[in-house]
Amino acid sequence: MAKEQGKVKQETGRIINRFGRERANLIPILQKVQEELGYLPREAMAEIARFLDIPEIDVYGVVTFYNQFRLNPPGKHSIRVCLGTACHMKGGYITLDAWKRRLEIDRGQTTPDREFDLDTVACVGCCVMAPVTVVDEEPQGQVEPTKVDGILLSFKLEKEKR
Amino acid sequence: MKLSGQPKAGSIFDEIKRRAEIHRQELGGAKAVIMVGAATCGRAAGALKVLRAIKDELKKHNLDCPVLEVGCMGHCYAEPIVVISKTGYPPIVYQQVNPVIARRLVKEFILGDDPCLEFVLGALGENELVPDFADFPRARFEQKVILKDCGFIDPEDIEHYIAGGGYSALNKALQIAPEEVIAEVKKSGLRGRGGAGFPAGEKWELCRSAAGKPKYVICNGDEGDPGAFVDRAILESNPHSVIEGMLVAAYAVGAQQGYIYVRAEYPLAVKRVRLALRQAKKLGLLGKNILGSDFSFDIKLFEGSGAFVCGEESALIASLEGEAGTPSHRPPYPAESGLNGKPTLINNVKTLAYVRHIIGEGADKFAGAGTKKSPGTAVFALAGKVVNTGLAEVPMGTTLRQVVFDVGSGIPNGKGFKAVQIGGPSGGCLPESALDLPIDFDSLTGAGAMMGSGGMIVLDEDDCMVEIARYFLEFTQRESCGKCTFCRLGTKQMLEILSDITKGKGKLKDLDTLIELAEDVRAGSLCGLGRTAPNPILSTLRYFRDEYEAHILEGRCPALMCPELIAFYIIPDKCERSCDACVGTCTVEAISSHPKKRYKIIDQEKCVKCGTCLTACPPQYNAVVKLSPPSEVPE
Repeated sequence: MAKEQGKVKQETGRIINRFGRERANLIPILQKVQEELGYLPREAMAEIARFLDIPEIDVYGVVTFYNQFRLNPPGKHSIRVCLGTACHMKGGYITLDAWKRRLEIDRGQTTPDREFDLDTVACVGCCVMAPVTVVDEEPQGQVEPTKVDGILLSFKLEKEKR
Repeated sequence: MKLSGQPKAGSIFDEIKRRAEIHRQELGGAKAVIMVGAATCGRAAGALKVLRAIKDELKKHNLDCPVLEVGCMGHCYAEPIVVISKTGYPPIVYQQVNPVIARRLVKEFILGDDPCLEFVLGALGENELVPDFADFPRARFEQKVILKDCGFIDPEDIEHYIAGGGYSALNKALQIAPEEVIAEVKKSGLRGRGGAGFPAGEKWELCRSAAGKPKYVICNGDEGDPGAFVDRAILESNPHSVIEGMLVAAYAVGAQQGYIYVRAEYPLAVKRVRLALRQAKKLGLLGKNILGSDFSFDIKLFEGSGAFVCGEESALIASLEGEAGTPSHRPPYPAESGLNGKPTLINNVKTLAYVRHIIGEGADKFAGAGTKKSPGTAVFALAGKVVNTGLAEVPMGTTLRQVVFDVGSGIPNGKGFKAVQIGGPSGGCLPESALDLPIDFDSLTGAGAMMGSGGMIVLDEDDCMVEIARYFLEFTQRESCGKCTFCRLGTKQMLEILSDITKGKGKLKDLDTLIELAEDVRAGSLCGLGRTAPNPILSTLRYFRDEYEAHILEGRCPALMCPELIAFYIIPDKCERSCDACVGTCTVEAISSHPKKRYKIIDQEKCVKCGTCLTACPPQYNAVVKLSPPSEVPE
């Protein structure tokens, strides 16, 4: 554990050194750190606070204010169910239920084997393909419960091939 | 090469334009030019697979044809779209192309001479073979200004934009005084397209006359309204049109630094804007002494982090400063004291995209379309239960009916129209009786909706109006930043009441409480999020009170949508019995056969009401039905 914490600190330090120490860089720094580490561990937030010379609570406040930042590690595959208006009216909430049921996790969580993480997104702007699920950054259209099973099956087959 | 003396702005631009035109002519020399619509909507439909198939097939036949990834033409219902321009033919637009069709197009049309008419959507230009887009019924109502180039130029190649007349408006603006630029924008009557409709020219003037340095120009691309995707389409399909608008605005107000604020949920828009900024810098259209003038301006891209409230200008500025995006009290308005306390001009993506047309072609041409109080065009993102989903740009003053039924071709599957939701969480639901309303900023507000960011969701008879109000309240409640008490607690209270109603636990007096709370939240909130949050409730209560009453008094959802108030049932007489379509497809194994008679039975305890069985049941039997209230299911 201590070793992992040290590594996070070191990695974070390497990433943030590319930025200036202005407060206005806080969000771009958080975005970059999350992009590289996959999430924002406590040690990373502390390191960023030190770097910008602001209280840790300010960093935590910003992290928890915005939907994009996550406090726990992501899964190997990210599942983002779109709950924009068009998706909702075409059954996005049913699709979300199907993902929850199949993965046995709630939104904002990661499966215990860290294969999948599930979350919702307000709108990805592909309203005409509703209901949309963004699977590993790739928006997929018309994802209904049977397609949820199909997507999971293709991941399973792919994993067996490896 | 050394130039003697300072060249004039005009001559530098002429040279840039000349080179861009040569570049474009080179494209025309190929056997055929292929364009694949690869904006996010096209990609979701499989455009990248089509792109790969085309490139692969071209290689197989040793064909050297340019393949361009373009943006969105607005015909999202037909994605993935491929446009092929071949000598001797008008550019032909193909719809719903998959990799197999793509390979056939290369083999049979480009290599052979068969234009594969079975896959055609339309053509661009008059001809004897394929119907011209201009002859489509919807073309009578559409008038493309800011969407004109979207889908027809390569958004990743600045020279396409320049060859089509891009950056000429900047060149023109630099040769007149900033005050004249502002006068032209004022004369056009352009109103901000972010939702509120504040006159853009006045905002510019305010910012120009404000004291303080440096000044900033911010492009608000934080299009957070669920159901709106106009800004995304423009940023992905024609990013330079927005950059040019910002440059002209910056010159007019005297700004030195600009920011484009784009939602993190739009990764492709982020990528294309970043590339566009780099290309503009390389040509000297951004940076120091632009086109040889005294005007210097630079633009940085800022990625939002997913907070709806940041679409509000003061919250957006807080976010740019590295703070949580909470709005602040106005006045002072950002035009006087904005980013870092300096005068800041914030305009929406669409507003800025109009600027090049106003400066380039004149204010009169712009104001020639639309109504007196709302000149120009309006862009809508049509989605939901409508045949032609996609983008529609129509003159202001067009009626809702024309947009939904003529441009959008009405409701699919023979269903009946119920309402159209305009303006997202700030807007409202308008019924059939409001369809003949001419669309402009003021008429929509009067009817209880709002222009908002241009989202237009069509709802049919299967959509529950209480549920849609609940959905929007859930959204605003979650996205409320928490600063104002009425917004923070009021939305929560309203959401709880609405949730109870959708579960059949509401009381009639709840409706009065809702209206009372709505007034309080509206009066007690600082920013647009809170002030408009009650709109979805008020508009549905105003036009669809009977639906609320059915939920409360009868425990019935008339649209058969609210999960707690419906049950799925298989009519034994209609069930084919030897067919197992529903059993196999049920995601929770809730369907079994009657032990003797073999018709299918749904275990109501297990059923999660996902509706898969209803879709799976072959249409010739149509045995699965929804019933409401659930007590309608026979024992």
